[in-house]
Amino acid sequence: MREFLLSVAYDRWILPALLVLPLLGAAVILFGGGTSADGDDEVLTGASRRPSRLATAVFGLEFVLSLGLWWAFDPAVSGWQQRVDVAWIPSWGVRFTLGLDGIALMMVLLTTFIMLLAAYGSWTSVREKTASYYALLLVLTTGMLGVFMSLDLFLFYAMWEIMLVPMYFIIGIWGGQRRIYASLKFFIYTMIGSLLMLVGIVYLGLQASHDVVLHGFHQTVPDFSYDTIMATVHVTPHAALWLFGAFFLAFAVKVPMFPFHTWLPDAHVEAPTAGSVVLASIMLKLGTFGFLRLAVPLFPGAALDPRVRTAVLTLAVIGIVYGALVSLVQPDFKKLVAYSSVSHLGFVMLGIFALTVQSVQGALMVMINHGLSTGALFFLIGMLYERRHTRLIADYGGIARVVPMFAAMLTFVSLSSIGLPGTNGFIGEFLVLLGAFRTYPIFAVIATTTVITAAAYLLWAIQRILFNPLDKPVNEHVPDLNRRELLLMAPLLAGIIWLGVYPAPVLRRMQPAAEHFVRAVESRAAMASATVDAADRGAR
Amino acid sequence: MRPVFDLAIPSQLSAALIPDLILIGGAMILLLVAVWRRESREHQRFVGYLSIGLCTITLAAVWIMMNRLGSATDGPIAVDNFRWMADIVILIGTIGALALGIDDNDRALTTTAETHVLILLASSGMMLLAGARDLMIVFLGIELMSVASYALAGINRRSERSAEGALKYFLLGAFSTAFLLYGIALIYGATGSTGLHQIRVRVIEQGLSASPLLLSGIGLLLVGFGFKVSSVPFHMWAPDVYDGAPNPVTAYFAAVVKAAVFVAFLRVWLEALPSEYGAWHRAITGLAIATMVVGNAIGLMQRNMKRLLAYSSIAHAGFIMVAIAAGTMQGASAMLFYLLAYTLATFGAFAVIIVLSRGDAPVTTDDLSGLWRVRPWLAVAMTVFMLALMGFPIAGGVGFFAKWYVLKAALQAPIPQYTLSVVLVLTTVISAGYYLYVVMVMFMRPRAADAPIVPPTQSLTRTVMVACAALILLLGVAPDLVLRYASVGVPTVGVPRAPAGPPPTHTALAR
Repeated sequence: MREFLLSVAYDRWILPALLVLPLLGAAVILFGGGTSADGDDEVLTGASRRPSRLATAVFGLEFVLSLGLWWAFDPAVSGWQQRVDVAWIPSWGVRFTLGLDGIALMMVLLTTFIMLLAAYGSWTSVREKTASYYALLLVLTTGMLGVFMSLDLFLFYAMWEIMLVPMYFIIGIWGGQRRIYASLKFFIYTMIGSLLMLVGIVYLGLQASHDVVLHGFHQTVPDFSYDTIMATVHVTPHAALWLFGAFFLAFAVKVPMFPFHTWLPDAHVEAPTAGSVVLASIMLKLGTFGFLRLAVPLFPGAALDPRVRTAVLTLAVIGIVYGALVSLVQPDFKKLVAYSSVSHLGFVMLGIFALTVQSVQGALMVMINHGLSTGALFFLIGMLYERRHTRLIADYGGIARVVPMFAAMLTFVSLSSIGLPGTNGFIGEFLVLLGAFRTYPIFAVIATTTVITAAAYLLWAIQRILFNPLDKPVNEHVPDLNRRELLLMAPLLAGIIWLGVYPAPVLRRMQPAAEHFVRAVESRAAMASATVDAADRGAR
Repeated sequence: MRPVFDLAIPSQLSAALIPDLILIGGAMILLLVAVWRRESREHQRFVGYLSIGLCTITLAAVWIMMNRLGSATDGPIAVDNFRWMADIVILIGTIGALALGIDDNDRALTTTAETHVLILLASSGMMLLAGARDLMIVFLGIELMSVASYALAGINRRSERSAEGALKYFLLGAFSTAFLLYGIALIYGATGSTGLHQIRVRVIEQGLSASPLLLSGIGLLLVGFGFKVSSVPFHMWAPDVYDGAPNPVTAYFAAVVKAAVFVAFLRVWLEALPSEYGAWHRAITGLAIATMVVGNAIGLMQRNMKRLLAYSSIAHAGFIMVAIAAGTMQGASAMLFYLLAYTLATFGAFAVIIVLSRGDAPVTTDDLSGLWRVRPWLAVAMTVFMLALMGFPIAGGVGFFAKWYVLKAALQAPIPQYTLSVVLVLTTVISAGYYLYVVMVMFMRPRAADAPIVPPTQSLTRTVMVACAALILLLGVAPDLVLRYASVGVPTVGVPRAPAGPPPTHTALAR
């Protein structure tokens, strides 16, 4: 397989192709229509079924293309793979640099996989203005993939912001009752965080600037290349603290960490099903990915500063416990799952900042698992909502008898989300706790209690939905899952089982990246503190 | 190697002024053409088209001069790329205003062909401003521009609001010109010259940097320019004038007039007074912060689209002043780039407002409610313009790069402008509140049942809209197309390399 892929130069075109294909798809949907007889205004606002089929086909192609990465990626090689590097804005030293490591590889595959399902899952839930909806989903995909692939900080920022616009419209146009409030809150929160990151990026780029001859003049051009900045920029500890703060805010809002999480329940609950799935499965991971790729490796001195580290870990553990406790009392099933995300992502943060190889690997596993399990949960909630138009747990009860297939799936997915051994959820949280226990036993012990709370809130919820007496007559005639919905859930269930039983291939691809991350951060932190010590001695 | 020009030789001086002469001479001829025949729709359109043609010819002349002509080290007229780039921005804006004006006159049943000629006259004043290297010529340019602008503000004789705005504009404009003139007089008194180059030389040679006469002159000049660019606290006239004037004229005021004044502002400050950086830097920083904060904060409360864009224009003046505060050549390039981006976005937004406006009633955000459902592409275009004004990457196209460039210039200055950068970023978040509100009502609010039918877009208005959106998006992925010129532009400017930046002298800082 690998030989075949290399023979078609797959390595060289795949990453740009994955970014361009969705954009082309969006353009075809918007401009290639020409089907409606009602004039061109209908293209954007009409309710044609054609865009959904077309978009699903594009996402299918995207997924198939990206699958090649699984083989083309060589786990033994450290450093960037499938690297592409062309000049973009020479006057400002901005380059279009893409590349993957083991972590990014998994996130790209998760993205293309989930987006295919999200498009397929929207066939019935989105019935109006379909062309615009699917075009936005496609543009969103480009933005998310771009963040995972960028090796240029400027490009990273641009991609980071691109994601915002489609999601804003998806929540704001196709969302629920309070969609306008939720979409604005989502937009403003994310934007405040990322703009300060922009100042940080400009600062870093200027630090790495060098002289070149351009347009016949000697000019000092900044350099935003990730590798150059990692290799050459050494900021003072004081500046590092500020810069880390800027990046931290951008990513902590996205994750979301405890005090910055308030946009999440609103956005998740109000978004249409596919929007919630994309938010939970992929967009939240962009925050933790940002910590892994930028915030921690760039400023290890600041990130590993005992005060900062304790503060971040405290927030992570508060998030874990708080998210679980709030989930326990939610009357709305979708909100319950939304708050459970706060808890799960807290585990990821705990794993990253505990900084052992095991805990980081665990964090990566949780990222993937949460993508599959929570995505599946949101799909199931969406299916239920389409049938009964309510998400309140109290409106259901005993429907396991009416919809057995649905009940079986919900139970299974919930168990995987709880982290039952044998499903994917177990291994990730287990690794995080194991790894964190070595460096921060107290935090690990507190976080462990949540394993019980998580079982409590989800099992209690499915008990009330599926198993209590069937006392509401409206629930007696709810149709079970149809073939399309089964087809939609099957890949997710397969993924959940596969990662639970045999995660080795995934771990093998991520392990070098995780080890490299831990080693690089520790050695850079040691270097940073050594220079500070030397400076102190010099001052004395 | 390009020749060095000696503007003391009359033939060379007139060669340097060819584009200006073409425009002003053409405007005179068109004035005759305009009054030659009786007022009618056709005649108004005809003169409008001729004016656009004249601007295109001038644009071509500027382009040729930019590539052919050398540079001049001294003389009353600048011969450098900074001037040519500024001329291009001004002329592009003028063409936009003329095109929108032709359609808008049709709708408003205005048949006076002189509107176009007034715009041409104002633009020739602006081109003079862009080339001025002498305070007297700065004054001449501002007056030529302003007098035509006062008339334009009140061109709609049937509207009371228009008359009120015009009167306000005239009174405050005259007031600010007095400040300017008095400032020029004091600077002349201190240095004995009105030439920018000589002022700089004499300030340094005669050790005038602490001279109270010079400092008060600078202060008065700053107030005068502050009025003209509508920086807080000298901004009060802007919303009323913008609200009262016809839409194309408002777009012209908000974008082009402001651009021209900024160009002169920057040149005077960096060419004549770089050694006074320590003195004016703090004042400009204060003005910029006040302008950004107040402009954006009041913008949040606006529901009348023209007033919203007026406050947006005030806020953008603050952003541009950050580029001046950087005090470097890079700041100058950043300012030109910003002005281009801002001009494109403003004209696009006003083109949309023109489509939606009915008679004299102001267009409010309610008129935009649910626009997406009836005119989706109009809503999409407006979204691009709003995001460009907000400075959002890719979707907002070149607007982002403009802000980015200013930010970069501010941080890369010899004395990095951290405070201004942070304020710029934070006020951008505030501005999201009103730009996004416009986007929100268009896409997420339902269309009111009794909402009037949006008339079809007229062809020229549509052209302006599409051209602006296309350029914004194109330059949003490939800013190098323009940057190439903007960044070569400035090293050959009269703003010279070393002393242009803030001097590293300790005297300036110690004071």
